[in-house]
Amino acid sequence: MQLTNRSKVVVRKEMSLAERLYLPAILGGLFITFKHFFRKKTTISYPEVQRQFTPVYRGHHVLKRDEQGRENCTACGLCAVACPAEAITMTAAERKPGEEKLYREEKYASVYEINMLRCIFCGLCEEACPKEAIFLTDKIVHSGYERQGFIFGKDKLVEPVEADKRVDISGRLKAHRKN
Amino acid sequence: METADLIFKIVFVLGVFGVSLVIAMYSTYAERKVAAFFQDRIGPNRAGPFGLLQPLADGVKMFMKEEIIPTHADKALFILGPSIAMLTACMTSVVIPWGSSLIINGKEFVMQITDVNIGILYVFGVVSIGVYGIMIGGWASNNKFSLLGALRASSQMISYELAMGMSIIALVMMTGTLSIREIVESQPGAHWNVFVQPLGFLLFLICAFAETNRTPFDLPECETELVGGYHTEYSSMKLGFYLFAEYINMFISSAIIVCLYFGGYNFPFLNSLGLSHNLTAILGTVLMFGKIFFFIFFFMWVRWTIPRFRYDQLMRLGWKILIPLAVLNIVITAVVLLFKYDLWNTSIN
Repeated sequence: MQLTNRSKVVVRKEMSLAERLYLPAILGGLFITFKHFFRKKTTISYPEVQRQFTPVYRGHHVLKRDEQGRENCTACGLCAVACPAEAITMTAAERKPGEEKLYREEKYASVYEINMLRCIFCGLCEEACPKEAIFLTDKIVHSGYERQGFIFGKDKLVEPVEADKRVDISGRLKAHRKN
Repeated sequence: METADLIFKIVFVLGVFGVSLVIAMYSTYAERKVAAFFQDRIGPNRAGPFGLLQPLADGVKMFMKEEIIPTHADKALFILGPSIAMLTACMTSVVIPWGSSLIINGKEFVMQITDVNIGILYVFGVVSIGVYGIMIGGWASNNKFSLLGALRASSQMISYELAMGMSIIALVMMTGTLSIREIVESQPGAHWNVFVQPLGFLLFLICAFAETNRTPFDLPECETELVGGYHTEYSSMKLGFYLFAEYINMFISSAIIVCLYFGGYNFPFLNSLGLSHNLTAILGTVLMFGKIFFFIFFFMWVRWTIPRFRYDQLMRLGWKILIPLAVLNIVITAVVLLFKYDLWNTSIN
């Protein structure tokens, strides 16, 4: 039974003299490669030139702070529940008096770890977060030689307090709020 | 031999040796760049401006690598293999005329190391010793892939040498000499042999590809089926010698093709420019190197265009197509020469 019209009948005809000489075909091949010689090169010289990421690119995670420099995360654990790869673990702690400038609410994460070898960069943690605390940025996660180095703690995840070193996630925030 | 002659010869020998090494060195760089450009890439560009120091970096890498001689290998032969390959590669440049002559202090110096009157035979002799480098290396490695590569190399080179020699015979019949300098001088201006011997040139070119083990005839080291062919077991600078010898061979083959079929240092209108003798000679040499570089580029161009032959196809091409064509070429040349001689009764040269 014929299902589609895409099948082709194989023709095993004798090659003509020009085809058997091979030389015309070889010249044709040489011409094709010579055209490529002058084509625009597709290489991107990486450290100097960086490829533009799309605004929805999901790379290195960041734990955001609010305008006053307080951590947004309240260690509710929704991200860890949402994570399909079970890459996120955290320990919650209570905010002590005098720490109001560090944490926005009474509860915070004293330990927050993402295992980057397990993470699949799906962005579900970002979707699950009710506090706009975790986001995926356009930063690339660096490679490494040791497995241990891929468990990222708060030192690598929380953004710096200084206003000029904050991580810009405005693009993702817009998409996040639309949902 | 006078002192001036001796000094000129010594300087010239060192010069030719150095130039062929440097050209071989930069051929590796050119090969990578050309390959990259044909594949829409940029190629090496990190070491120095445009990656020009890449060959030096490669050389340092080769020297620094661990030297491994397999336990079951024949140690003496294992070392002898790459040495022969390198030695024979460097020896061929002796008979190639690199330019006409220079006049220094009223004395004429020929720009050729030695003008042997059997120049072409010498080249063929040395090239066929080059097979031993590959054979011995492949045998001494005591590895089946090396041995297969060596076997392929030797049978390929022997069968293509036949066709190559025969394609030369027609040329020798025309010029009546085996000295490469005399062959070059028999094609002044644009009277290049390629226009009277197109078939012979084509055969010689194809055989030159096979003799230098370049794609589409790189079966001896074909990495897809024989790991690395005859140099599978080699590491460090011994491997470097094999690879380097291939590039020197490529340079020398290009030089010989240019000398035999493209007029060597001859170029149209070069002698009518009214330049001094020395300037004309130097310009001729520069133009000759231009032609040689074109052929080196052509070797690379073909390598990155055409896939490899299968082994039986290679043998069929050599024995059933190239050799009969070469014989045909000889017959045609002979008939033409005979008629020319009879009808006009003019000298052949």
